[in-house]
Amino acid sequence: MTTATLSRPAKRKERSQADKLGSKTFNRLAATCLTLWALLWLVPFAFTVITSFRPATEITANPISIWSDNWTFEAYTAAFRLNSIGWWYLNSFLISTLSVILTVIVCSLIGFGLAHLRFKGKNVLAVVILAGLMVPMEALVLPQFIEFRALGLLGTYWALILPATASPVAVFVFRSFFKGIPDQLIEAARIDGASWWRIYWQVCLPLTRPAISAVSIFTFVTTWNAFLWPLLVLTQTKSQTIPVGLSGLLGATGVNQAEVLASAVLGLLPLLAVFLVAQRQITQGIASTGIK
Amino acid sequence: MTTTTTAPAVAQVRTTSAETTGRDNKAGWLFSTPFLVLYGLFLVGPVLVGLVISFFNTATVKNELGAFVAFENYTAVLGNLDFWKSMWHSTLFTLLTVPFLVVLPLVAAILASRIVRNRWFFRIAFFAPFVVPSASVALIFAFLYAPEIGLFAKVLGGIGLPVPDFLGSTNGAWLAVTILTVWWTFGFNFVLYTAALQDIPEDTYEAAAIDGASAWQQMRSITVPLLRPTIGLVLMLQILASLKVFDQIFILLAGGPNLTTRPVIQYIYDTGFTTYRGGYAAAATMVYFLILVAISAVWMIATRRRGADA
Repeated sequence: MTTATLSRPAKRKERSQADKLGSKTFNRLAATCLTLWALLWLVPFAFTVITSFRPATEITANPISIWSDNWTFEAYTAAFRLNSIGWWYLNSFLISTLSVILTVIVCSLIGFGLAHLRFKGKNVLAVVILAGLMVPMEALVLPQFIEFRALGLLGTYWALILPATASPVAVFVFRSFFKGIPDQLIEAARIDGASWWRIYWQVCLPLTRPAISAVSIFTFVTTWNAFLWPLLVLTQTKSQTIPVGLSGLLGATGVNQAEVLASAVLGLLPLLAVFLVAQRQITQGIASTGIK
Repeated sequence: MTTTTTAPAVAQVRTTSAETTGRDNKAGWLFSTPFLVLYGLFLVGPVLVGLVISFFNTATVKNELGAFVAFENYTAVLGNLDFWKSMWHSTLFTLLTVPFLVVLPLVAAILASRIVRNRWFFRIAFFAPFVVPSASVALIFAFLYAPEIGLFAKVLGGIGLPVPDFLGSTNGAWLAVTILTVWWTFGFNFVLYTAALQDIPEDTYEAAAIDGASAWQQMRSITVPLLRPTIGLVLMLQILASLKVFDQIFILLAGGPNLTTRPVIQYIYDTGFTTYRGGYAAAATMVYFLILVAISAVWMIATRRRGADA
């Protein structure tokens, strides 16, 4: 290796150094462009947050100013007072949390089975679940609605939680993580007389913490953000979720601009918090599954 | 480890697994049952229900099937101009958004790969919009698009450009949802590309640099070819996601001026939940469903085959 580098013609070495210099300017240019681009992407957030803290009268007088003489929380307190935003938070929070818990349990169970158990029909099962990846649930709200009415589940949290748990993506995430656990470890536990349940619960599940956090975060974000299905299922004002409740504010009378924007900020705040805390897991999770 | 120590262990494992095959079967199905029940009821269920009621004259509000009408719903849907208009709107939205959402994140990810420090900043700036609920996005952009007083109107007017009527005209509405969607979902594809770029080994570039390849040449002859499978994946996911558009058009525009931007899902929503023609809307659902499944099936088979060839 060293001899090879030493024997390279000096001319070539010079050229590569020049290229490094050239690529340094290129890198600097790339950094500048991308920073401007990223700042542009932050404008809608920044503008919304700033405006939501300005008094309503100032916004009417000068809508796009980014300065205020009287910063105020007025719009935020009004958003809580005028809307049922507290209820919406509670509903969204309960639905998302319960969905996360159920999805992790149900999908890790079958993921473990597919990875480590030898049973008849396993391969067919994997293909059937794989086919489920192709089913576009957003397109099926009408038959879904009719089915849920027949089951008597309309208007309940379960109508939102149960469909969220049937997630083929989560199954495959868990299966691939369980597959990463060496067979010897499991066979050793079997020889020691551990039941499959104990192997799953005490040996394997604790080793799949990255999968648990990836699936949890994704389930939380998708159930929190779901719009059309909750719009159809939860029709009482107090039973609505954050996105459905907020969508009613557009064009509503008696709500001023600052209040609308403050509500928008309140709607995105919990998710932004989740994202900032877990950004690494989220982006890695996307990279490893690639499924929306 | 030597062979003498492993041999008995292997033999022992083999006997235990042979003895317990029966129990494995039972355990396997026990572990699978909870998911399978939910999967069958709530993922397969709606498909079957949709298929069945598309052959009946079902009303959405009544708890009965109604009269059997055979293929009448399908002929009605396929002969309905509004249905085809809404199909075209979803397709047009796909044509408008996919090029931006496949190419721009690629460019940004390549630029980001050249930067060593403060990567978290780009990850946050580009990906944060993606976790925001559609309703919040719509509220924010409704404010930005407001005629006369909105940020877009002020900035465009300020530099002397014509200001489109974002919320009141069909063309303006398409522009409005396209900008909103690119801003909102850009980060997802950015992250997919970034991950793929990190998988390209550093020495590939070093070797090229030693051979005197410029930054631009490296990008064209190394980065883009190696990213081809990822570009394919992003393209496919984006086409499927764009074809399923509903939230932003429904919340921001309510289907646009005279429903001129109404997507298929809203057409199904309108016929099924406003005029309560459940059977008819189910037939529309099945037509749309088949198109989406066909696209993903073709993609799945194509990638499997390519994987098998390689």
